[in-house]
Amino acid sequence: MNIVVCVKYVPDASGEVAFESDNTVDRTATDGLLSELDEYAVEQALQVKEKREDEEVTVTALCVGPEKAADAVRKALQMGADQGVHVLDDAIAGSDAAATSLVLAEAVKKAGPADLVMCGMASTDGGMSVVPAMLAERLGLPQVTFASVLETQGDQVRIKRDGDVATEVVGATMPVVVSVTDQTGEARYPSFKGIMAAKKKPVETYSLADLGVEPSQVGLSVAWSAVEETTARPPRTAGEVVPDEDGAGAQALADFLASKKFI
Amino acid sequence: MSEVLVLVDHVDGAVRKPTFELLTIARRLGEPSAVFIGAADQAAAAAESLGKYGAEKVYAVDDAQIRGYLVAPKAEALQQVAGQVSPAAILISSTAEGKEVAGRLAVKLESGLITDATDVQAGEGGPVTTQSVFAGNYTVTAKVTQGTPIITVKPNSATPEEVAGAAAVSEVAVTVSDAAKTAQIIASQPRQATGRPELTEAAIVVSGGRGTGGNFEPVEQLADSLGAAVGASRAAVDSGWVPHTYQVGQTGKTVSPQLYVAAGISGAIQHRAGMQTSKTIIAVNKDEEAPIFELVDFGVVGDLHAVLPALTEKVTARKG
Ligand SMILES: Cc1cc2nc3c(=O)[nH]c(=O)nc-3n(C[C@H](O)[C@H](O)[C@H](O)COP(=O)(O)OP(=O)(O)OC[C@H]3O[C@@H](n4cnc5c(N)ncnc54)[C@H](O)[C@@H]3O)c2cc1C
Ligand SMILES: Nc1ncnc2c1ncn2[C@@H]1O[C@H](COP(=O)(O)O)[C@@H](O)[C@H]1O
Repeated sequence: MNIVVCVKYVPDASGEVAFESDNTVDRTATDGLLSELDEYAVEQALQVKEKREDEEVTVTALCVGPEKAADAVRKALQMGADQGVHVLDDAIAGSDAAATSLVLAEAVKKAGPADLVMCGMASTDGGMSVVPAMLAERLGLPQVTFASVLETQGDQVRIKRDGDVATEVVGATMPVVVSVTDQTGEARYPSFKGIMAAKKKPVETYSLADLGVEPSQVGLSVAWSAVEETTARPPRTAGEVVPDEDGAGAQALADFLASKKFI
Repeated sequence: MSEVLVLVDHVDGAVRKPTFELLTIARRLGEPSAVFIGAADQAAAAAESLGKYGAEKVYAVDDAQIRGYLVAPKAEALQQVAGQVSPAAILISSTAEGKEVAGRLAVKLESGLITDATDVQAGEGGPVTTQSVFAGNYTVTAKVTQGTPIITVKPNSATPEEVAGAAAVSEVAVTVSDAAKTAQIIASQPRQATGRPELTEAAIVVSGGRGTGGNFEPVEQLADSLGAAVGASRAAVDSGWVPHTYQVGQTGKTVSPQLYVAAGISGAIQHRAGMQTSKTIIAVNKDEEAPIFELVDFGVVGDLHAVLPALTEKVTARKG
């Protein structure tokens, strides 16, 4: 069985984010890391592997991103993935979700065939939550997305999905595209042994040419949408903070709410 | 005038409020047409409410063959309706499912997709959207540059305006591939009605965190006195005190109400990501150093178990 986990390299959310003059995210301004939300996908992939102990299961971490994005692949290997694929090509810079999903789809085909394609619920930077659905569309696969619980048995996949109006159990037959939420449970930390072992694990680097994708199909210039203007939100000016001495807090709050016409 | 397609978000034919907001936005861009994917016998009732908010046409797609499958069939159906009417834009609610339908549709139509818009205005050469990005730290405006603009819009992005539309129903027969019918909804448990406003639609949200110690009563009672929705931090959700649907933040709901009340919530970056575009923010926290106080318009350093009930009493007294 083959599992491909899509892991994204994102700017550290605790650092400052900045835009370049072409309105793309400046990915050099802050250090990057494996998107926290993709760690849950790696964790679930490893759990599937562990549960299928009498089967050969290979977990491949796949990342589309710049040179430094190899860090994200390495982190997944340290956690326990078996091998890595890094799609690296200057032409990819500035790609939108549509182009990213195209590159991911071709990379999955080349690295695969995959029985399970796993994703996080959203990237912590772009955060559109659409790449898994687009990937499923491009691969012609069922999508079982936003899983808060994931179970596999034989070639069957079942998830629990907390929708807006209902909680659903969704099932499909492999191969499938899965995305998992942070409700699936904490991701493991790499152990010392894992960190050492990761150094020997194979990582393949693909270029667009390796995938049969034309440079003209990706990148900022062919993005299907364009950011026109970016404005930093003015910092909130800290308001008044009062202590609740002798129960005065509730009165102060009530006065504030009344002054703002909430009551 | 070109048609603008609005995918109707509904539960058994009962149209949800964000759809009326989409119709209001659609009128800025062209002639609003609703696409109703649902049971054939519910289309008429849905059309009646859609007409009140300006829908001129209602394309009714009978979902008898596709009910019980996730996302993909809806994208195929919408693709076929779009193929027939060549719309100026397609508007969809920014729910998890809405965004996924939009994602698949964008690939099918080779069209640009913008998600989570908080405003959409007509511009030269197509709609111009406003989005709030990076945990609400930036506002960006954007435009679709290829194909039919597909835009998912967050709840509360427009005030629904009542205006009569013809809401002429035409049934559209779609053919959905077997490939789209592969992710099957095996069981579905509808969310229990709380009697409170929807979290993402509410004008006021009162949220509780770990500081409640598991007793959400003061939070709920304050919410009820204000007619507010109840929210929570992930710590409160992870402790099992409230359902995940209450969670505000990066991996929960993004809310942008007129008033947000954070009680017993420290204000971690992932929580802020879901609430910091709220118009007015107040907090009650025992710890004067809590980062949430950096965001507030008004804050009280104190025990929420004392402050909230006292406030509820005052609110009720003032209202009554
Ligand atoms: C990938 C990821 C995603 C996440 N997504 C989210 C998300 O979507 N939403 C979210 O909220 N969090 C999210 N988190 C978690 C987030 O980092 C924080 O851990 C969480 O928000 C903390 O919740 P809290 O403020 O309730 O708890 P704490 O940080 O423990 O704060 C509790 C606060 O209550 C105060 N307090 C205690 N007792 C009282 C009292 N009696 N009266 C008044 N105040 C009191 C304390 O002073 C303290 O400030 C995410 C984390 C990760 C890693
Ligand atoms: N460049 C990328 N490389 C690898 N995986 C990605 C990339 N972009 C998105 N993904 C996957 O798609 C998921 C959702 O991304 P998004 O639609 O951008 O929110 C992420 O959690 C990843 O699993």
